[in-house]
Amino acid sequence: MSESEAAMHGSGALMEGSPYAIPSRKLTMWLFIISDAVTFGAFLFSYGYLRVATPNWTRPFETGSVINVVLMTVVLITSSLTMLGAVDASKVGDKAKAMRFLYSTMFLGLLFAGLHIREWFQLFRHGITIGSGLFGQTFFTITGLHLLHVISGVVAMFVVATKYSRGSLTPSYVETTGLYWHFVDLVWMFVVPLVYLTNIAR
Amino acid sequence: MTTASASGNVIRKYLPVYFVLLGIFLIEVFLAFQNFSTLTLVIILLLLAIASAALGLMYFMHLATERRSLLLTLIPVTIFVLLMMNMIWSDSFRLLHMRPLQ
Repeated sequence: MSESEAAMHGSGALMEGSPYAIPSRKLTMWLFIISDAVTFGAFLFSYGYLRVATPNWTRPFETGSVINVVLMTVVLITSSLTMLGAVDASKVGDKAKAMRFLYSTMFLGLLFAGLHIREWFQLFRHGITIGSGLFGQTFFTITGLHLLHVISGVVAMFVVATKYSRGSLTPSYVETTGLYWHFVDLVWMFVVPLVYLTNIAR
Repeated sequence: MTTASASGNVIRKYLPVYFVLLGIFLIEVFLAFQNFSTLTLVIILLLLAIASAALGLMYFMHLATERRSLLLTLIPVTIFVLLMMNMIWSDSFRLLHMRPLQ
């Protein structure tokens, strides 16, 4: 059997090891995260330039909004902690505990989305929408993209949790989903200071 | 070690990182209420956000415990692309105002 034929038929002895000593699924998630980070980077850079270059920028966030954002941030960072618990419990084979942590993370994700939407409706009441000038356009685009990631993460987590509990997915799927969830948390750490904290009403 | 105690330990292990992240965030909120110019505030908040992100990457995403080559492949490339993007955005302002090339 030639080398290429052996590779085609999955002869393990001829396959190269992973250069980073991680499963290909995890490496793929890392590559996705990097590309997504660059996408968010583009939005945040454009926002940053517009924000600094525009003298009469809208500053709509009152104390109530700041409290809401603090709550949202605490919820999201806590969800990262529960996700760590889920990944660890799945690795050691404690399925019941992993499921509890996964459901806690999903709940916190949904709570975050709820608080987020509440904030949006608050802005709508003040007449700020995606069509109302530079602030509305940049704010709703960036936070909307992040919210889409949160909702996608909760859906992905639900699918992985359901299949993992049935035994049709391995713990490595929980770990990969966790990696994505931490990334969503990480992006929020840039969105909050740039999009919310520089726009507090004076 | 029992399986039940193992996942409890991981929460305890990462609690300091969790509190540091919350602490950095509260510092950001405090600074937002101070009288800095917009540019200064953006720069300070961005630096604090980078510190938070580094902690998240290293500990929550376990990049600190992965093989060093993974970190060296992913992070410099990302920073390079973001910096290059920074060049393009500033150029887009010149195009926006239709200023001639200098």
